[in-house]
Amino acid sequence: MSFDPVVRLADVGRVHGDGPGAVTALSEVNLAVGAGELVAVMGPSGSGKSTLLNVAGGLDRPTSGDVVVEDVSLTRLPAGELAALRRRHVGYVFQDLNLIPSLTALENVTLPRELDGIRFRDARRQALEVLAEVGLAEVADRFPDEISGGQRQRVAIARALAGERRLILADEPTGALDTPTGDEILQLLRARCDAGAAVLLVTHEPRYAAWADRVVFLRDGRVADTAAAPMESAR
Amino acid sequence: MAIRQGLLALLSRGPRYGYQLRAEFEASTGATWPLNIGQVYTTLSRLERDGLVAPGEQDDQGRVVYTITEAGRAEMARWFGTPVAQADRPRDELVIKLAMAVTAGADVRPIIQAQRTATMGTLQRLTRARRANAEDPAQRLVLDSMIFQAEAEQRWLDHCEAVLAASPQTQERQA
Repeated sequence: MSFDPVVRLADVGRVHGDGPGAVTALSEVNLAVGAGELVAVMGPSGSGKSTLLNVAGGLDRPTSGDVVVEDVSLTRLPAGELAALRRRHVGYVFQDLNLIPSLTALENVTLPRELDGIRFRDARRQALEVLAEVGLAEVADRFPDEISGGQRQRVAIARALAGERRLILADEPTGALDTPTGDEILQLLRARCDAGAAVLLVTHEPRYAAWADRVVFLRDGRVADTAAAPMESAR
Repeated sequence: MAIRQGLLALLSRGPRYGYQLRAEFEASTGATWPLNIGQVYTTLSRLERDGLVAPGEQDDQGRVVYTITEAGRAEMARWFGTPVAQADRPRDELVIKLAMAVTAGADVRPIIQAQRTATMGTLQRLTRARRANAEDPAQRLVLDSMIFQAEAEQRWLDHCEAVLAASPQTQERQA
């Protein structure tokens, strides 16, 4: 199997501010996530985990080095094209779900697709498909406050997965969920990965990081170490 | 050891042959605790001596079916009803290693990092095994237990690192 990188960070640095007050969030980070690969990023608070995720998804720009998503370098991409590439290829899952309370689960997943310029009928069909994929077909017409916390997080994941996005970025997606519910969230991300997506997961929970093919430890904005799972399963 | 009580628990579901007990014991513990057939028969003969199981007649292949006695059921109930004491843990070597490294003035950070990477590898293997064995609830619980233990070790390592980073004593040594 050839390595097909969906996102690649080459010598990426990110410095906030300049002069004596400058703060280095990332330095010399090299990381590639291939199709079908789940990579977890761990590290203490302030180690640069979220910055790494934001830079990988084009929400933040590196001050040095290059980020390439689906063979397109983001570094010198005009803002409009960067936004279009993000919408087409990148799905985000955050700890704060950001579901719109006055919209149903289905509408929450459909709306961003419509904003992407997809026809309502197609957006709705895609949303129904992905809600079924995450096991929420039955609650599609309920509002966020009518479903459980775990179900809400699955709606947020469905929203990130809708369409054919191959790069999924998840920042502490298990938030305050209990462990069986958190495991279900990882099960979903893992399934999408096994279907060919690249997933970059930021977590401070070792139990969720352990679902990854590779675990990258960040320390002061640098990659300190990497743990790779053996290629064969432990059976 | 819990082999005695484990065999009693299996026999509480009905009479069993020795080889059946061995297979069921391993299935219930997710093969994390392999038994050899000799251990099974030694344990059965002690249980018989103590009146906790009763052997039946030998069949024509020379096999004996064992049945749990009333005293055996009482022993099993006592086992389930008694909390397990925090016994000596095999992971003590890691605790001693880090304590000695601090005492000896060694740089503890690379030791912690190497251990964290190794423990994460274990956690990844366990997580894969659990995904592969998701249907069997007994095996799943055994693997979950090992996952929680590996997770606790990771948290403890993070804690050690934070404590040492904040300690003026270790900072002086590393300066």
